[in-house]
Amino acid sequence: MSFLEVTAFLFDGFKISLLIFAVTLLCGAPLGLPIAFCSMSRFKIVKTISKVIVWIVRGIPLMLQIFIIYYVPGLLFDYQLFGKIDRFMFLEYGISDAGRITAVLIAFAINYACYFSEIYRGGIESISKGQYEAGYVLGLTKSQIFRKIILKQVIQRIVPPMSNEIITLIKDTALANCIMVCEIIKNAKELAATKALIWPLFFTGVFYLVFVGILTVVLNRVEKKLSYFRS
Amino acid sequence: MSILEVNNIRKSFGKTEVLKDISFTLEKGEVLSIIGSSGSGKTTLLRCLNFLETIDNGSIIVDGQVLFDSADTVKMTDEKIRENRLNFGLVFQNFNLFPQYTVLQNLTLAPTLLKKGTEAEIKQQALELLKKVGLEEKVDFYPCQLSGGQQQRVAIARALALNQKILFFDEPTSALDPELTVEVLNVIKGLRDSGCTMVVVTHEMDFARNVSDKVIFMADGVIEEEGTPEEVLVNPKSERTKAFLNHIG
Repeated sequence: MSFLEVTAFLFDGFKISLLIFAVTLLCGAPLGLPIAFCSMSRFKIVKTISKVIVWIVRGIPLMLQIFIIYYVPGLLFDYQLFGKIDRFMFLEYGISDAGRITAVLIAFAINYACYFSEIYRGGIESISKGQYEAGYVLGLTKSQIFRKIILKQVIQRIVPPMSNEIITLIKDTALANCIMVCEIIKNAKELAATKALIWPLFFTGVFYLVFVGILTVVLNRVEKKLSYFRS
Repeated sequence: MSILEVNNIRKSFGKTEVLKDISFTLEKGEVLSIIGSSGSGKTTLLRCLNFLETIDNGSIIVDGQVLFDSADTVKMTDEKIRENRLNFGLVFQNFNLFPQYTVLQNLTLAPTLLKKGTEAEIKQQALELLKKVGLEEKVDFYPCQLSGGQQQRVAIARALALNQKILFFDEPTSALDPELTVEVLNVIKGLRDSGCTMVVVTHEMDFARNVSDKVIFMADGVIEEEGTPEEVLVNPKSERTKAFLNHIG
């Protein structure tokens, strides 16, 4: 196999890695917000439930969570829901995987939502009470204070920890190969097994490095753009 | 008729009673200084009057209108609390400017959100207020680019931007270097001369003596002594007032 053929085959896998990356960000980042608000809720039950969920999700390995999401519904209900979603969503792209991709996406979105929620919570709680009070004495509503005063300060503070998580995320996508999703490392392993080529496995690192390089530049730019004020 | 009438205010945090039956009145255009050692309840009193703390007992009457009366059994709605707060402005010890907004935006944010006029009117008023506190050339600066004294002057202008009836100051110069204190106190003096009704919690005895019409000395949650600056600061009757003045003098 030529270098170009190997690269193309690996890139096919990397597209799945990028799909997991993008869907996790697009679903996990918004989903983290309600979890964060629940963790800060005045209602003790809501708060406790939310904290227990975060504890469990952060407390067990993501790989194990992928196994659980992939296998448990089938064992319990004997119904291949994820397989149906996969066929419906991904078949036309030639990447239907009998429910594997859907299971991985769900596991990643939930896992990252919980991590993000803790970052959001930390960011929101780090804003001084004085900022809220300054809004109150000016006659503003709670929602106006949050949207117009607090939010931007929170965003400024969470960009560095979020950048960290985002960079971790692209590398975590490699875990998807534990249930045989054809992401880049799975493809490289396949080359090792079928073509006796070991170098593509190491070559996959270049894909990650390039992508992380791009992410770093973009995220630094966002951070810089928000650094015009000091809170 | 007094512009502000505070009757029998009580406030406890858990088992600690911080305010024990506070009553006083204030006439329009008067400046009241509240002095006393820390922990005497001065700040809590201001926070209660601005509805940042809930009052356990008592009533607040502004311009003949009852804002709060603990005898009312109906719980105040958020809407009502917000309406009440608009009678007062509050300047904080540590300014609490909004860091992501420019000086001008700090002033225009609340009037804009509360729809207090057209964009042009609000901006015009904000610029006039900034001129009043001597910061017209800083309109486009961010708070972090200003000195503490300048930040506090912006905060004062912001508190004036909603045309409140009474302006409260919670130790406005405590976070400032001595040379910056002067510029803030001068702004407050200027406001008095233009007829602004103010309540100032302060540790600046010279300021209390020279600027206020009335001084209250608080100790352990009660008003220990009140009267003109002359009466309270020069010829105090209470032993506690004497002790306090000797201690800081």
